[in-house]
Amino acid sequence: MFSTRKLILIAMAAMLAMFAAGCKKKVPPPPPPPPPAPAPVQPTPPTPVAPRITQFSAEPTSIQRGQSSTLRWEVTGETTSIAINNGIGAVMAAGNQRVFPNGSTTYTLTATGPGGTTTASATINVTEPPPPPAPARQPPPTVSFETRLSTDVQDAYFDYDKSDIRSDARDALNKDAAALKSILADFPNASIVIEGHCDERGSAEYNLGLGDRRGTAAKDFLTQLGIPADRLKTISYGKERPQCTDSNETCWQRNRRAHFAPGQ
Amino acid sequence: MKKLVCFGIAAGAGLVLLTAQDIRVNLSKEPRPAVAIPDLRGAGAAQNLMPAFNQTLWSDISSSPFVKLVPKTMYPTTVPQQPSDFREPPPVVETPRGRKGTPEIVTPQTGGGLWMSDWSGPPVSANYLAFGYTAVQNDVLVLYGWFFDLSRGTPANAQVIAKRYLSSVDDAGARKVAHEFAADILAVFGAKSLFGSKIVFVSNRTGNRLNKEIWMMDYDGSNQRQITRFNSLSIQPAISPDSSKIAFTSYARGNPAIVIFSVDPVRQLPFYNQVASVNETPEFTPDGKQIVYASSASGWTQIYVANVDGSGLRRISSTSAIEVEPKVNPKTGAEIAFVSGRSGPQQLYRMNLDGADVERLTPGEGEASNPSWNPDGQFLAFSWTRGYATGNFNIFVMDVATRKYTQLTHSEGRNENPSWAPDGQHIVFMSTRTGSPQIWSMLADGTQVQQLTNQGSNWSPIWGK
Repeated sequence: MFSTRKLILIAMAAMLAMFAAGCKKKVPPPPPPPPPAPAPVQPTPPTPVAPRITQFSAEPTSIQRGQSSTLRWEVTGETTSIAINNGIGAVMAAGNQRVFPNGSTTYTLTATGPGGTTTASATINVTEPPPPPAPARQPPPTVSFETRLSTDVQDAYFDYDKSDIRSDARDALNKDAAALKSILADFPNASIVIEGHCDERGSAEYNLGLGDRRGTAAKDFLTQLGIPADRLKTISYGKERPQCTDSNETCWQRNRRAHFAPGQ
Repeated sequence: MKKLVCFGIAAGAGLVLLTAQDIRVNLSKEPRPAVAIPDLRGAGAAQNLMPAFNQTLWSDISSSPFVKLVPKTMYPTTVPQQPSDFREPPPVVETPRGRKGTPEIVTPQTGGGLWMSDWSGPPVSANYLAFGYTAVQNDVLVLYGWFFDLSRGTPANAQVIAKRYLSSVDDAGARKVAHEFAADILAVFGAKSLFGSKIVFVSNRTGNRLNKEIWMMDYDGSNQRQITRFNSLSIQPAISPDSSKIAFTSYARGNPAIVIFSVDPVRQLPFYNQVASVNETPEFTPDGKQIVYASSASGWTQIYVANVDGSGLRRISSTSAIEVEPKVNPKTGAEIAFVSGRSGPQQLYRMNLDGADVERLTPGEGEASNPSWNPDGQFLAFSWTRGYATGNFNIFVMDVATRKYTQLTHSEGRNENPSWAPDGQHIVFMSTRTGSPQIWSMLADGTQVQQLTNQGSNWSPIWGK
């Protein structure tokens, strides 16, 4: 609360102010009145404007078929409809959409409002992708060189202590020549070793010479039938590599042979 | 009954006896001297080594054709161990008693084993006595060995060998001094010692059983060791006259080709192989400077000679037939025995070193191969199917001058690749008589057959010095 001293002081200040005002002596003339204000302009209602498309783009603009591009758009102004053709249809005023055009496509954005219609377009160029990697020039042979040698080419057999080509060996080698031509054509870098073998009965030392004769006899026969000599080598194993070890004529005959093996 | 005709050809220290059809190789003069070898004893720790020693000494002497050993069961119970052990038995003392004059004391007329007549008289009836003892001195095994000729009356005169032998204190050392003592004893009768000689051969005992490597062993089958490690086929070994090199046929580089190795150290030496599908059956000439071998360079496998590095090659034979296994006569150095199919089945032939004067040695029956000269260049050992089915080889010996031959093995399996020992008395060969190919040795008369290998399969032994 105000103290008594403060109240007195306020009362005195108020009486002093009333005194000072009551004591004014002369008053100046009033200023002229201001000019009349102009009459206010009646505002006309605004005419509607067409919507504005501030952005409509495709990123990227070039794709390969199968890839995607993204359409981005932004429309301002009063609109009643916004749509993009090519199957997208109505959209919001701002947005984006991934598209997968199959071919080069121009997308058109149409924005319609009370003030009219605005369109914009964006084109996506679609290029053909490169062809898939070419398939191997030839399908890889399903049968190996070694397998074809062992299945298509048969041994030539000999009489004891002989390297003459007997009639059954001639038949075998004739068939072998046809098979070898085919195999050597299919495997142009391959070579063939003709192994000469003997049965167990003759001496090991002599048989090395005899196996050599058998391999050479088979090679000479095939060379005459047109097999290139430089793709046929010979090696004699004598009786060092028998394919059977029984001591009877069946096994001995199996071992008296010229055998075709892959070269190195 | 065949009438034996003494042909009187000295064969080493022996004789060749001929019958009407064939020869018999007798390797020593008859009758052979009888030798007594009682078991020796060792002083102290040396006694532990004596079983190996006595077995080796007995084996070495018994395998010789020069002497015969008297069975130990005949021996006296007491055995001299050094010359001072000999005691002449005191003379029979006759003390007349009464008129009948019967001896009062009869001393046995023997020394109980300590007098020479104890060994030379019945039942031992030896001509020679070996004795001695061993001791360990300064960590060395010492053998004191004596060999007495019992016909010479007194110990002072009888001494033929008195020698000290030194070796390591183990079984190997005991066998070594036994071999040396045996060699000295046999040398008394003209034998050349085989001690230290080597046999090179082929074995598949390591790795892939289809592969073959070259191996060497001592003459008695001990100390077998691998020489090549090609993991391939290495076959047909030969050994140089000084035993410093071996030659063989190897598939290590593809087609069979000749390879030369030095033995100590084991390393490959250069050899030029002809461009050929086959180079095989190398053999050193007696001077060790050349190699004779077979090559298909001309088409058929034929005989060539070249320097030991393969240079300077020269073709010797020229036929349309397979010709292999050239072996130069070690005595003359001028003729070659070889195997040829020029007349049909493989047979033995000879020719001069220049290819002239070719003669067939075997008569055309069966198949013959593997010629091996004896050191005197008179006999060929070889394998032959004569009298058996094709492939059933047996070992024969032929006197090249007369073409007379004798058969040493008799169809116990296949018997092939005979090779004469440097002593001219033994032959090493391959036999399948136990079911697998193994190396065996025998005397050149077909006796004393011993198996030397038993691991894996083993072929093509060649006996070097």
